[in-house]
Amino acid sequence: MKSNLQIFLKGIIDVSPLMIPVVPFGLIFGVLSIDIGFTPLETMGMSLIVFGGASQIVLLQLFSGGASSLVIISSVGAVNSRHLLYGAVVSEHISDLKLVWKIIISYFLIDQAFAVSNEYLKKNKNNNRYFHLVGGGATCWVIWQSTTFLGIILGAAIPEKLGLSFAVPLTFLALLVNDFRKFINVIVIIISGLVATLGYNYIPFKAYVIVAALAGLFTAMILTRENKKA
Amino acid sequence: MSNWALILYCGLITYLTRFSMIALIKKEMFNDRIREILSFVPSAIFPAIIFPAIFINDKGLFVIDNNPKILAAIIAMVIGIFSRSIIATIFSGLASYWFLIFVV
Repeated sequence: MKSNLQIFLKGIIDVSPLMIPVVPFGLIFGVLSIDIGFTPLETMGMSLIVFGGASQIVLLQLFSGGASSLVIISSVGAVNSRHLLYGAVVSEHISDLKLVWKIIISYFLIDQAFAVSNEYLKKNKNNNRYFHLVGGGATCWVIWQSTTFLGIILGAAIPEKLGLSFAVPLTFLALLVNDFRKFINVIVIIISGLVATLGYNYIPFKAYVIVAALAGLFTAMILTRENKKA
Repeated sequence: MSNWALILYCGLITYLTRFSMIALIKKEMFNDRIREILSFVPSAIFPAIIFPAIFINDKGLFVIDNNPKILAAIIAMVIGIFSRSIIATIFSGLASYWFLIFVV
């Protein structure tokens, strides 16, 4: 039986490769936010309160485009809808925990921590296995807050030409490396990607993320059922 | 709405999407079939972020010609499939992107 600290550290180690692209992501966010006209305090507040890269980037994009608050908030909700599914997966592993732990873990339930801890939680059955997720989430929290801060300070010093925003899709791509080897997963990936790209301009409220995800899950449902009959 | 109110509401909705399922769902609600479907969640959601970030530019236009991100992403994907390494995937993608925009 491993101690809480050992599992927490394992979470930190497992998530660290995914932290490399979070660095430019956080810097970009800090730079963009100041550029758009948010104060340094508001920018820091966003990273502390929202604590979600994709949500914060969507917030900035729509805000600078002059979208209404209602559209911005619903879009952020739509982009975040993936967390409903993460929560549903993780809840199975932490359903016996006290409410206060569920409140803390929810704050740390982010893409990178979910991706690595989902694997860990599936393979390990010890009662304190959720410390892995807390370790991963806390690591990302530290990196996200410090790079936001650096972005605010460095501001214009980072050349836009570097195209660091490309690190964002690469991070998500890297999270799928094991799924590219499985046939059904590849089909699901293609369906979801196509729906998101084709629907990007046509699905209202930036809801393309959830629409594409549902299309992908529906595809998985059909393909896994056919699989069993065969 | 003030900027701070907007930030608070965005934070609230983000937190609620993370917390609601954790708070509501009980262990008994999961059978093998639901687990199997949920194992496809990453494959169903991440492409919805990846594809538009590659194919759609910051003006919302679909770009397929003269778009170095496509080739860089394919290289990253191939490296990822063979290496199964997250770091190798990200670095090969960024390196080929920079090679394509600065050297080629």
